[in-house]
Amino acid sequence: MSVNPESAIVLQADGLQKAFGGVEVLKGVSLTARKHDVITIIGSSGSGKSTLLRCLNLLEVPEAGQLAVHGETLNLATDARGRHERGLQKQIERTRSRLGMVFQSFNLWSHMTVLENVMLGPCTVLKRDRAEVQPQAEALLARVGMLEKRHMYPDHLSGGQKQRVAIARALAMDPDVMLFDEPTSALDPELVNEVLCVIKELAEEGRTMIMVTHEMRFARDVSSRIVYLHQGQIAEQGPPDQLFNAPQSEQLQRFLSSQY
Amino acid sequence: MTWFEYLSFGDSGWGDELLAGLGVTLSLALTALPFGLVLGMSVAAASVSARAVPRGVAFAFTTTIRGLPELLTLFLIYQGVGMLINATLKWFDPRAAFFELSPFIAGAVALTLVFGGYAGEVLRGAWQALDKGQREAAEAVGMSRWQVFRLIELPQILRLALPGLGNLWINLLKDTALVSVIALNDLMRVANIAVGVTKKPFLFFLTVCLLYWMVCIVFEWCIARMEKRANRGIRSI
Repeated sequence: MSVNPESAIVLQADGLQKAFGGVEVLKGVSLTARKHDVITIIGSSGSGKSTLLRCLNLLEVPEAGQLAVHGETLNLATDARGRHERGLQKQIERTRSRLGMVFQSFNLWSHMTVLENVMLGPCTVLKRDRAEVQPQAEALLARVGMLEKRHMYPDHLSGGQKQRVAIARALAMDPDVMLFDEPTSALDPELVNEVLCVIKELAEEGRTMIMVTHEMRFARDVSSRIVYLHQGQIAEQGPPDQLFNAPQSEQLQRFLSSQY
Repeated sequence: MTWFEYLSFGDSGWGDELLAGLGVTLSLALTALPFGLVLGMSVAAASVSARAVPRGVAFAFTTTIRGLPELLTLFLIYQGVGMLINATLKWFDPRAAFFELSPFIAGAVALTLVFGGYAGEVLRGAWQALDKGQREAAEAVGMSRWQVFRLIELPQILRLALPGLGNLWINLLKDTALVSVIALNDLMRVANIAVGVTKKPFLFFLTVCLLYWMVCIVFEWCIARMEKRANRGIRSI
């Protein structure tokens, strides 16, 4: 899969900054995702890669920078007292509904069945009709191989099954970009593959995706671009072959050699 | 007269009076419950707030309610609020007629405050035990804060709080007996009157014991059913 310089930009982040308790975690990160891009963010723990992903859908709201998704630009600058501009919350909610998020710990709603989990977003956020949403939700569950379990509750599923439902739940919103935050890190080794297979299929059909993962072989396999984050900044980025075969910086060389 | 005649319905027996008293007891408890739940939820919301002022107000309210005997709370509402209303009326119009606070309303308000104070703590515990990831997942699909609360948090708060709230509800049912001291004809007061007239304390107090006990058993069964339904998706350990 190649980089698509001519296709439309679907997500653009500029100069994102985020600090926790005075510690700067992101020091002005900019990232552009074009349609059909599969971007994998790699980096050692504490490099800020999960924070970057969580800033992209504003589960963490950056203190500075801009984020543009679906033709809407959010100004994330804060005033002297650390407050964002008014009306940002509504913009945040709109932006989030355009981005699908898959979490490390699945986070399925435990009081709802598999099918209800997948249908809730379209019904409540997009205000769509249940009768129209249900067949689509079932089709998505069939795609991730979870249709037979649609009336079960999350507590009765394995980790891999939960994560496949979580992917279907994110897809049900028909997002512009799918975000994956270490989607296989909480899984038993024998369950990792069933989830990676689903993600790979999504990549092959041209879904725009941004993910954080420790599965280097997988990242190399499916990504169109690798972004190496080091101490809250993008230290290096490019096509997987270039980054994995010819890393420029000493940190990336060291990071890669620690992975194999 | 036999015990059967004492408890019969009609002019000579006390059966109809006792049933009417049971009606007052139940309507008092059922009136206090919804308001108490809303009050408790508000107290819980204030006590998990990020801001200090709502937290302080919630803390002051809970400590006060828990620190006062229920009977005293009832007197404070019945006498204190009654006096306050009359003083206010007199201030606006010196010739205003004396306003008598209904014992039912005073009782319902006092029981609401007591239930709300304790329920606030139960609900706060449940709120803090929620899985934060599930809230984030709801935010991530673009739900508003109110939708997240109503669709994701509230159902799970109620599930976690149900055993504690069930306990409080049973307590509330029995605390209604306190209103008999402000001349409201609830089950307890009817029994007292009957004992005064007939001099048969054992018969009437035993009957009333059985009535309270039966009501509690019925509600315990209801609560058990609700818990079973609320936990349908949760695997038991």
